[in-house]
Amino acid sequence: MYQNFAPIIIFVTIGLLLAGALFIVQSLISPKFNKGGEKLATYECGEVPEGSAWIKFNIRFYVIALVFIIFDVEVIFLYPWAVVYKSLGLVAFVEMMIFLLILVAGFAYVWVKDDLNWVKLSVKYGKGRYSELAAKEESSP
Amino acid sequence: MNGIWASTLDILTSYGSMISLAGVGIFLIMAVNALVAVYFERKVSAFMQDRLGPMEVGIFGFKGGKKFWGGIGQTIADTVKLLTKEDILPDSADKKLMILAPFIIFIGAFVTFIGVPFSSVLLVSNFNIGIFYIIAMSSVGVVGIILAGWASNNKWSLYGSLRSAAQIISYEIPAGLSLILVVLVAGSLNIHDIVGWQADHRWFIFHSPMAFLAFFVYFISGVAETNRTPFDIPEAESELVAGWMTEYSGFRWALFFLSEYANMLIVCILTAVVFLGGWLSPMAMFNIFPESWLIFDGIWWGAFWIMFKAIFLIFVMMWFRWTFPRLRVDQLMYLCWKVLIPFALVNLVLVSIWELL
Repeated sequence: MYQNFAPIIIFVTIGLLLAGALFIVQSLISPKFNKGGEKLATYECGEVPEGSAWIKFNIRFYVIALVFIIFDVEVIFLYPWAVVYKSLGLVAFVEMMIFLLILVAGFAYVWVKDDLNWVKLSVKYGKGRYSELAAKEESSP
Repeated sequence: MNGIWASTLDILTSYGSMISLAGVGIFLIMAVNALVAVYFERKVSAFMQDRLGPMEVGIFGFKGGKKFWGGIGQTIADTVKLLTKEDILPDSADKKLMILAPFIIFIGAFVTFIGVPFSSVLLVSNFNIGIFYIIAMSSVGVVGIILAGWASNNKWSLYGSLRSAAQIISYEIPAGLSLILVVLVAGSLNIHDIVGWQADHRWFIFHSPMAFLAFFVYFISGVAETNRTPFDIPEAESELVAGWMTEYSGFRWALFFLSEYANMLIVCILTAVVFLGGWLSPMAMFNIFPESWLIFDGIWWGAFWIMFKAIFLIFVMMWFRWTFPRLRVDQLMYLCWKVLIPFALVNLVLVSIWELL
């Protein structure tokens, strides 16, 4: 049964070899002179790059990743259930509905807390530089 | 004892060499697929915008001018150009990771093809977890995308890779949930069992109204997972230069390109296998003269039908590109989390009730 999975390791080797061979071909026929200086600068539309790109990025990406993990695990759990569903019948249905209900409760929580929106507008901006935004939001119906 | 060892080694080497040949074959398929698909895409785009597309480069003096095969040598010339390009790694980049990233993306796409059937027998390995393997392996590429974006040390690359990762992982969920419908009805993850179920009953897309919807949910998520327009914000030319590929040139970039078109083919073949009957001929659905249709069900006919369906779906993807405008990031996340995932979940519950009845 596990013999089925042997091709994976062979394919990884072959893929590396073939792609590597093409890189060798490229290194033989591509130009190698005059390499350096401005040519190796980071591209920023022709300007001199401003600082490093290794910066802190938007927190929303983390939230999406966290919600994804929960749902992906759910999907993985659903696969074996789906395979045996027909032989188990009603019991499997009820059990999985309970499981799904718990997950949907979490999904609804994330939804209500507005974490699925890219731009989180329903946060009550109190003070500071967002106070203008809050005033605008209150005035609009 | 010696004889047993020798024979075991013999079996191993013959099996290994067969698989290796298959690997070279798959590599050629990927390369030819990219060559043909690029030309096809340029000509289809040209047709939809009332232009001519490539029409200058021929092969061995053969040129069709304004016909469809006008610039038939164009993509070959492009490949040669990519091979002779100077290989540039920026000074400030993390060079090791930057070299590693295209390999991860390429290997991810290449290894997925082990489970992808081109016909009932043209299948490298018939896994008992077929569909699951394809889903799992096709998402390996995300690691490479994040590596590529981070290692480039370029702002465009970083934004592009983060957007791409967020998009791909989000759209994996509706895609996975839609495929569960098929697994639930067919009762197996094996590709042969799923197509067998469709041969005994009908194409899965016509199984129930829910299955019909699931087809669209899966195909839309598939378009998003391959980063194609309308979901191409990761490499939106007009805002992010080239997204996570900005700092890549020459053959490293070509590897990204190869994997992208390979992913398109994987998504389209999987859609064809799971929802559109795989290698079954469309005529078999109609019950007029069931005997005479059997001639369309051989091995090579199977390969023809599966490629026919997949190429039609690829054409639909290209059609999308010139029909829909690009989505914004917030619209993208809205579509995934607030439309497709609830849809897919309700679909799943309804199908499980349908199967109980």
